[in-house]
Amino acid sequence: MCAAARKGRRKKEAPAGDTTTVESRKTTTPGELPPRDKLFQFLRDMLLIRRFEEKAGQLYGMGIIAGFCHLYIGQEAVATGVVHALDRERDTVITSYRDHGHMLVCGTDPKLVMAELAGRITGCSKGKGGSMHMFDLKRNFYGGHGIVGAQVPIGTGLAFAHRYRQDGGLCACFFGEGAANQGQVYEAFNMAELWKLPVLYVIENNKYAMGTPLTRATAQPDLYRRGEAFAIPGDFVDGMDVVAVYNKTREVIPFVREKGPFILEARTYRYRGHSMSDPAKYRSREEVEEVRKHHDPIDQLRKLLLEHGWATEAELKEIDREIRAVVNEAARFAQDSPEPPAEELWTDVYVEG
Amino acid sequence: MSITLTMPALSPTMSEGVIARWVKREGDRVEPGEVVAEIETDKATVEFEAVDEGVLGKILVPEGGSARVGEPIAILLEEGETLDQLEAEGAAAASPQTGAPAKAEAAPAPSAAATATATPAAAPPKAPAPAAPAVVRGGALPPEPEIPPGTPMVKMSVREALRDAMAEEMRRDPDVFLMGEEVGHYGGAYKVSQGLLEEFGERRVIDTPITEYGFTGIGVGAAFAGLKPIVEFMTWNFAMQAIDHIVNSAAKTLYMSGGQVRCPITFRGPNGAAARVAAQHSQEYSSWYAHVPGLKVVVPYTAADAKGLLKAAIRDPNPVVVLENEILYGQTFEVPQLEDWVVPIGRARIAREGRHVTLVSFGRWVGLALEAAEALAKEGIEAEVVDLRTLRPLDRATVVASLKKTNCMVVIEEGWPMCGVGAELAALAMEEAFDWLDAPVVRITGADVPMPYAANLERLALPRLEQVIAAARQVCYRD
Ligand SMILES: Cc1ncc(C[n+]2csc(CCOP(=O)(O)OP(=O)(O)O)c2C)c(N)n1
Repeated sequence: MCAAARKGRRKKEAPAGDTTTVESRKTTTPGELPPRDKLFQFLRDMLLIRRFEEKAGQLYGMGIIAGFCHLYIGQEAVATGVVHALDRERDTVITSYRDHGHMLVCGTDPKLVMAELAGRITGCSKGKGGSMHMFDLKRNFYGGHGIVGAQVPIGTGLAFAHRYRQDGGLCACFFGEGAANQGQVYEAFNMAELWKLPVLYVIENNKYAMGTPLTRATAQPDLYRRGEAFAIPGDFVDGMDVVAVYNKTREVIPFVREKGPFILEARTYRYRGHSMSDPAKYRSREEVEEVRKHHDPIDQLRKLLLEHGWATEAELKEIDREIRAVVNEAARFAQDSPEPPAEELWTDVYVEG
Repeated sequence: MSITLTMPALSPTMSEGVIARWVKREGDRVEPGEVVAEIETDKATVEFEAVDEGVLGKILVPEGGSARVGEPIAILLEEGETLDQLEAEGAAAASPQTGAPAKAEAAPAPSAAATATATPAAAPPKAPAPAAPAVVRGGALPPEPEIPPGTPMVKMSVREALRDAMAEEMRRDPDVFLMGEEVGHYGGAYKVSQGLLEEFGERRVIDTPITEYGFTGIGVGAAFAGLKPIVEFMTWNFAMQAIDHIVNSAAKTLYMSGGQVRCPITFRGPNGAAARVAAQHSQEYSSWYAHVPGLKVVVPYTAADAKGLLKAAIRDPNPVVVLENEILYGQTFEVPQLEDWVVPIGRARIAREGRHVTLVSFGRWVGLALEAAEALAKEGIEAEVVDLRTLRPLDRATVVASLKKTNCMVVIEEGWPMCGVGAELAALAMEEAFDWLDAPVVRITGADVPMPYAANLERLALPRLEQVIAAARQVCYRD
């Protein structure tokens, strides 16, 4: 299907209606349901992100976390679905400043992430990067980038390295629909296709770039078509449905490894403000409530598990309890950790030697 | 166990908030993520969401009331708990063992929280405040390479020296590759990469589209992954489109990642005025890049230094900016014919010894300084010429040693005077050789104007021999 997509322009209908709300139409989940174990992993990861972010919000309120802090609540299915479809041994992941969720699903210890948010020496960047600049090379996670769109050429460079070394890996490069208007994104698209680099561009269309809805910032809101000028195929998926994201990603990955770039637009939604200081005046409470009530990625997965008889309410409650404990432990670890010693001011400017 | 809800900090600058509305009432169940109240901050009205579940037991701050960040505003009871019980236990205020919320009150004052640097826990720096601002050098400096006696010297243009440096490093390390506009099939816009495509093929000599921002970002990504890209800019003028990746991505990521992410990349190309190409194609970027911690910056003058420093740059585990010069590409110098000629980054060179005045310069303008020294010698002024070679990390010691010998200094650079390299050296002279100075440092710089096109004006906009000679006489009190 993908090879065909590269030739002909796909005829896929743009979603009807107001693009500032999540479409009520669900992309039909392509393919089969992943095995029960996989679904439980999705649930655990999405819950971990949700509870972690809630806790981060709370710690921000207490003055323990400061600066810019962008929460991922509402978008959990995107990072979870995509990362689970990757080959974690060889594939690389990169994203923007809204990066806590991606890191957690890549397997970084929540303690290290929370400690970084709190600016402690035990954090994954020794407290010197903060919320927006976190990295975990052991888990092939390359950040954490604060300049809107910067991770797109950098991620394309990671894909360049995969191809240069012929290691069979690909780069999953996440960016927002706001970032999708950046010039450097198109420079990267052009070279990615020109050199057939193994890069999966995942546009997390959460409908708003800070306070600007997609429709007020872009002349062509079908973001999955943004590669057409470069002959890069694309598709969209319901980013509130982790199974759909996972299956779609799995479907396109062989194409990316063999043929080159692909653009996956995940239509999602962020429940919280852009960052912690966002008054959220650009959208109604009803709009947010509608998505929360009817499209929540975690609720939908819970329902699916219950409907199939794969989980009981009690089991789900137990998982929630476990995750809460992990998150509380992370928060405690962060708060109990010391700040970086003053000498750390001067380290890591250069690689010595 | 009850939980005390405290006034949250909802923005980096908030110190106090007003309860605009309680969305939940006393006795209401609260789920994590549910909005409990609307709070007016210094910026806007923001929703306050619950993190824990429970029953809203008691509202401590009524609608319209205000509280400072961290002050209790309500009490959340656990399922089955009652307020009476709580009061009986005398625990209306948060019990100290309620975990996180208890710490809320112990949290730093909101103003301190906003300026996260000033948290009470911060230990005072141990080192005494340095007299001069500390500049991070990045490791110990390797010694100047020896040229064994009998080493043949070959005449070579700077262009050939740069090409040989790249070719040798590419032969030595399969992770080194070259990318840029016209570097491959065309052989380089200034013919620096001639022959490399033929030897190394398209996999390692990569012609890019004219998209500096994009290909620089790609180079940085490849370097993050451990490759060693050489990114050529057709000229540094065009790298302004890419300076975001050079500074924000290449220079800062090691620090922001706590030492995890290395960026072993070389950015190179011709810098400064060529001839008659006017303002947009003639800018000199030394002070721009030398300003940035995380970058190393080299500006070779001779072919030997061009070769040795470029090889060092390619091997360096840090991002290195190599500022070349189109006028120099065609000039020939003697280069030692050695298997592996590498010049350490961070070391200046005494290009000519003298005892009356120190002339400091770098890149193309070392030539002018030497010319001036020659002319000055005829009038009995022995000028010492210091070729900086590296701007970051700056070899302060060599400059200061020369200054202590001559007691006066003239700096020659092509860049604009404001915040330039000469300004930095004047500060250095004051900081480290104040008592040795017999005259104020004089700067000969490019004129503080965009580069003009007309031949006569262009000449006037660049450092001139007569200026250098006059300045030397002045600081030696010989005029
Ligand atoms: C180059 C640049 N311009 C502006 C900003 C400030 N900024 C940070 S996030 C943001 C909105 C980005 O929205 P989007 O790409 O949709 O991602 P989201 O925040 O929704 O995840 C802006 C304007 C920035 N960080 N970098």
